Amino acid sequence: MKHEVVETNVGLMMILIVVALSFGTLVELVPLMFLKETNEPIAGLKPLPALELEGRDIYIREGCNVCHSQMIRPLRAETERYGHYSVAGEFVYDHPFLWGSKRTGPDLARVGQRYSDEWHRAHLYNPRDVVPESNMPAFPWLFEKELSGEMTGKKMTALRAVGVPYTDDDIAGAQAAVEGKKEIDALVAYLQQLGTLLQTRR
Amino acid sequence: MTSFWSLWVIVLTTVTIVGVTWILFANRKRGPGVGEKTTGHVYDGIEEYDNPLPSWWFTMFVLTIIFGLGYLALYPGMGNFPGLLGWTEIEQHEREVAKAEEKYREVRDRYLAMSVEEIAHDPAVRKMGMRLFSNNCSTCHGSDAKGAYGFPNLTDDDWLYGGSPEAIKATLINGRQGAMPAWGAILGDQGVTETTAYVLSLSGRDVDAEVAAAGAKHFQTYCVACHGPEGKGNQALGAPNLTNGIWLYGGTEEQIAHTLRAGRNGKMPAHENLLSEDKIHILTAYVYGLSR
Repeated sequence: MKHEVVETNVGLMMILIVVALSFGTLVELVPLMFLKETNEPIAGLKPLPALELEGRDIYIREGCNVCHSQMIRPLRAETERYGHYSVAGEFVYDHPFLWGSKRTGPDLARVGQRYSDEWHRAHLYNPRDVVPESNMPAFPWLFEKELSGEMTGKKMTALRAVGVPYTDDDIAGAQAAVEGKKEIDALVAYLQQLGTLLQTRR
Repeated sequence: MTSFWSLWVIVLTTVTIVGVTWILFANRKRGPGVGEKTTGHVYDGIEEYDNPLPSWWFTMFVLTIIFGLGYLALYPGMGNFPGLLGWTEIEQHEREVAKAEEKYREVRDRYLAMSVEEIAHDPAVRKMGMRLFSNNCSTCHGSDAKGAYGFPNLTDDDWLYGGSPEAIKATLINGRQGAMPAWGAILGDQGVTETTAYVLSLSGRDVDAEVAAAGAKHFQTYCVACHGPEGKGNQALGAPNLTNGIWLYGGTEEQIAHTLRAGRNGKMPAHENLLSEDKIHILTAYVYGLSR
């Protein structure tokens, strides 16, 4: 095709640009939507309970994923520090993924059960109290704000629409499960379950 | 990948590569007259040459295509075709781990065969221990191992659960769960004040003798089971010694009263499933050596 033809025909040029750009998506992204490896949860994976789900939303609201990734790559330097590398089946119920793209702080994919609840509370209240060299911001308001749970059931319904297997009982009991709890409790509960399904000794 | 998606990837990848190659060569201008022809556009008397692609650019494009083809032949890229090298990410990781394992096995076996006391002051062990400590322990106990509010100092030879190599190792492997109950409801406000005074007196602080005497009664009723009749604690239960002036949760009157009212439940996470035996052994020796 002569470039004069394309250059003098804007409509055709637009169509060809879209076609050219779509190849990457079609080859690299579309097949993943239908693969067993990416669609099947690993053994033991369950949808997040109500409190952990609210904790996850607080994690997103406070921008934790801006500085902390949740993705351990299969490199020895990473598995030595963080534990088993991440596998696709761990994230089947994650909408959206919180893999992150940058580590200002450490990766959190397997932070669950590594520290005590008390440590997380002390650390989130003021990171310098336990890690003097830390440059993480403090989040003292999490200790004051209470959850109402009004939206928790609706969030679960929305997640069910995209394939997370919440039951009617989960949704009906969601508000009662989180109402009156402090935001810090939800966030710590979320953190303490991260990556606990795959454990290896380092 | 099912054969449908495998074929999908192969066909689309091939079409793309063939497509860009065809576009590149179909638009190639060569032969006599090239470099003199114009596109025919005239802007205010300015004409535009219809020159060919610069040859360095053309060559780079061709090299990119050749690189791409080579890559697809050697590495996994064409659907289910594993590539001629048989390389996978996971296999590479396992190879790296096995290599490191091989390299460190000798060191590991040497130290595992020796007792904690023997290796506690070995310079190599201290260096390895420090690295392991920084990665795994310093988050709570501090990079200087001196602890923080609620997290024990490991350098002072005062131990909640014992400072013998066996006790330290047991703490690392199984973790510890502190269990100081909340006494606020049982003691009441006055009881808390009195008991606080008595606890303060145990480490030689000045208190109102009368109030402390009242507190001693509460202490003998509720506290002796774990902290002992003299308040010297019990390492089997992780009950701290109250007479030595070392306070995990602060030693002011207010802080002690709060501990009495609300209880304390410090937790050391178990590392049995996180760290290998040799690393736990070296960490035990490192921690053991910190206060000796």
